Order: sequence, then structure tokens, then C-alpha cells
Amino acid sequence: MANSELKKVMEVKDLFFTYPGAPEPTLKGNNLPIYENKITALIGPSGCGKSTLLRAMNRIHDLYPGLTYKGKIDLRNQETGKMENILDLKKENELINLRQRVGMIFQKPTPFPMSIYDNVAYGLKLQGIKNKGELDGLVEEALKGAAIWKETKDRLKDSAMGMSGGQQQRLCIARSVALKPEVLLFDEPTSALDPISTGAIEELISEIKKDITVAIVTHNMQQASRLSDFTTFMYLGDIIEFDETEKIFLNPSQKMTEDYITGRFG
Amino acid sequence: MGGKLFRNFSFFSATLSFFLLVGIFAILFTYAQESMHTFGFDFLYTEIWEPGEDDEGGIFGGYIPIMGTLMSTLIAMILATPLAMGIAIFLTEIAPGQIVKPFSIAIELLAAIPSIIYGMWGLFYFAPIVQLLFGGNGVGLLTAGIVLAIMVIPFMAAITRDSMNTTPDVLKESAYAIGATKFEVIKDVIMPYSKGGIIGSIILSLGRALGETMAVAFLIGSVMTVPKVITDPTTSIPVLLANNFAEAQDLEISSMYYLALILFVVSFTVIALAKFYFFGRKKH
Repeated sequence: MANSELKKVMEVKDLFFTYPGAPEPTLKGNNLPIYENKITALIGPSGCGKSTLLRAMNRIHDLYPGLTYKGKIDLRNQETGKMENILDLKKENELINLRQRVGMIFQKPTPFPMSIYDNVAYGLKLQGIKNKGELDGLVEEALKGAAIWKETKDRLKDSAMGMSGGQQQRLCIARSVALKPEVLLFDEPTSALDPISTGAIEELISEIKKDITVAIVTHNMQQASRLSDFTTFMYLGDIIEFDETEKIFLNPSQKMTEDYITGRFG
Repeated sequence: MGGKLFRNFSFFSATLSFFLLVGIFAILFTYAQESMHTFGFDFLYTEIWEPGEDDEGGIFGGYIPIMGTLMSTLIAMILATPLAMGIAIFLTEIAPGQIVKPFSIAIELLAAIPSIIYGMWGLFYFAPIVQLLFGGNGVGLLTAGIVLAIMVIPFMAAITRDSMNTTPDVLKESAYAIGATKFEVIKDVIMPYSKGGIIGSIILSLGRALGETMAVAFLIGSVMTVPKVITDPTTSIPVLLANNFAEAQDLEISSMYYLALILFVVSFTVIALAKFYFFGRKKH
């Protein structure tokens, strides 16, 4: 795969990130491209900054005051094709718009305390879609897209709190997919799930990359190698290595990456 | 050996509260018998409270104190609920970190002020303000209701805040992650998530307001008349009981037990409802 075919959707450039009150930055000059319709995995030992980096990419960090960014995170404007720095966004509605374009799935399933239907329709309603017929269609499409339509179509009005963990996580993915985001960020989406549900989620992620670019943080090395096209290895806030997944797992150029992948530390 | 002793002791303590509850109910019920036989359910809508000549017999009806209690509590709840929700939302979602702590402590301290202090403050300072703004003669249903509201707000706000604080951060983040505003997160995620606790706090405050004696005794006017407007003085069950016990005899005493029984049943029902909500919440 020649690099010229790849289109960057996002690019992190020389990013420093500091948590409020921390004496030094958690991310130290990170550079990372995110390629369109590819899955990029972020791996590394606990505390290496991979979740922090992911959470910077839709600025969900900004819910808590006092943090500082330095550097750039570019996101391609779909109309003009130009890269725009998301760290320049200031207003609440600009950030809301950003989070609808760059969605996020969390470690634990987080269904809202409402019905299955309303969980998926909620984001759409926030976008201003009010027509019942249109909503019905989009909800069905999203649930099908998240491979959960068959299990849920007869109980759309039931509370989402009663579903199994794996189903809830797929519902959360449906909820994000419904908004047709450009990028979807997964923060260890299967760490709270059993192997079968994990398999279903992985299959789903490989499926949605046709339409949505994916970045995924994972502790599970097999998951990164099975699922991703590109992998980046992080350590103590630095990006040690970024390359095609195959290269990282078979022939890493950095000694540290090799040590981590072969289980010598981490 | 020690284990067995301790077990018996805790068993005794636990059952004691249950027997107290049943015992109090039984006493109220027994002493209320005379009045219940004389007046029956007419007691609930008789507006007269008059001992007979030589303290023999007389006509007693609970309509005015019952209405006074319900009305003052209703006013208190209507005023307190939105304010307490506002305080709780402010403290959990809006206030910047540094001021959450002092505000929370202030609210908890307010909840600890003895009710007689609210009563005195209400009578000497607040009642004239109410008179100035709404007319009437200062003491009355409205003043009592407003001060009752001020008394239950801290309590209601503290419980609601604790309940809202149990909303997992990640749940709020996921709502923000699909593009919700702060207001939408509060309305669609935090409020439904903590619904059980919020309803519980309202009902517990309602229970407190129903039984409040001291502050209301200062402020409601303690007269046996049906209020025509909201600023008119009237009386409430606890106030009537506190004021009349000393000189009451026979049938009047029994009628007061009847009133106490009614208050007991209403409060008990309210608290039982609150428990039911808290319990229903835990099952999730």
C-alpha cells in the first residue's frame, strides 16, 4: 500500500497536553496522522498517554477546566478539503459540532436512562431532526449498521438499561454511527466485555471503517494486530513509533516497540 | 459468647424501633377512640373547635388544622422544589471547583439550624416584609409556607446534589460526545438518572414540612379560622396540638389524639413513599 493513496482525515502535530495542576505535560510533542477509512490503533503501557491523546482529538477533555494544549490537531473540512486546527475552536457550539463530527465510544457501555429507540434518536434530535418518519428510518439504519437491529427491533421502547453489556456497547456505537461522524474514537471499547461480545464489536468496527475513520485505544495487543491498519506505540507521553500494523508487529524499527510487543515490559 | 450477646443486643435494638412504631400508633389509636366514636369521619370536615361548658363535651373538628397543614406544606413545596433543584444543579454541574465546597458546607449548616431560630427570624424580621409585599397582617399561611420552604431547601438541595453526583462522568461525557449542550446533559441525562433520588428528597422534605411545629407556631397565626386569602392566619395540626395540650380535657384531648393520628398516618405514608422510591432505585 503506497502512502500516496492515503488521505489524511486528521493529523496531530507536535501536540503538548498538560492536565490541570500537573507539573509537566502528559503528551510531549506527539505527531500522528489518521488516514481516511483506516483503523489506527494506539497501544502502550498504562499511563503512556494513549487515552489522553484520544480524548484530545474530540476535545472531550475540555469538559474539565484548567488544561492546556500546545501544538495542532488538524481535521479535514469535508467541503473545502482543507485541514483546520480543532484547537482553535472556542465556543460551546463549535465544540458540539466537532464532537458530532468526531464521535467517541467509551470503556464501559454508557446507555442513557431512556428507551433503546430514544438512545439512538437522541443525538439526531440534538442535530435538529424532528420528523418522526425520518427519525424512524435513521434509527433503523443506525441499529442495522451496528448489527443490533435483529435483537432490538421488537423492543425499541424498552429501557436500554436492561440490555447485556455487549448489546449496550453496540447500542452506543449505533448512537454514534447515527450521527454519521467522520471519525470515531474508541477508548478501549471491549475492556469490560466478554470474548464473544468483544468479537462482535471487533467485527462491527472492521465493518464501519468503510464509512467512518477509526482510531482505537486498546490494551489488547491481539486486538490491535487483528483489527488495525496502522499502529502507534506510545510510551510516557511520547509517540515512539507509528507505522503499518504489520510492520509494527513483525518488524518494528524501534527496540522499545519490539520489547513491548514481545511482552518484555508493560 | 460475646458474639451471641452482641447478636442479641443488635436484634433487640432493631426490633425496638419496630415496636416503638407500632406502639405509638396503637396509643394514638386508643386515645383517639372517644373522639372517633363521637365525630367519626365528620371530624375531617368540621370547622369548629369548641369545648363545651364546664369542659364537658364540646364540638371538635379537624378541618382547619388539616387544611392549614396541607396548604402551608403545599406552598413550601411549590417554592422549595425549583430552588433546591437549581442549587443542586449549580453545585454539581455549573459552579467552578473552588466554590463548590464552601457553598456545600453553607447549605449543610443551614440544614442544621434549629427550627425555633427560623421561627423567631421569621416572626420578627421576615413577617413584616411579607406584610409589606403581599398585605395581610404579617403572620399567616403565606409567611409560614415561605419560611417552611427556606427550612426544607437546604435539606432537599443536599440530597438532590448527592443523588446527581452519582451520575457517572462517562455517561455525561457520552452525551457531550454526541453533541449535547450542558443544559441538555442536565435535562436528559442527569435528571433522569437521578430521578429516584430527586423524588425521594422531595418526599422526605414534604414529610419534614408536614410535621414542623416550632417555626410554624410562630408564623401561622394560630387562629381557628378558615383562611380566605393566602395571607390570612390559620392553624396547623402540630401548632394546634402544641398550643392546646396544657388545658385540654377528655373529649378535646381525644380529638387531639385523633388529629395526631391523622398527621401520623399522612407523614408515615409520605415517608413510606420516599423509601419506596429509594428502594426502587437500588434495584437497578
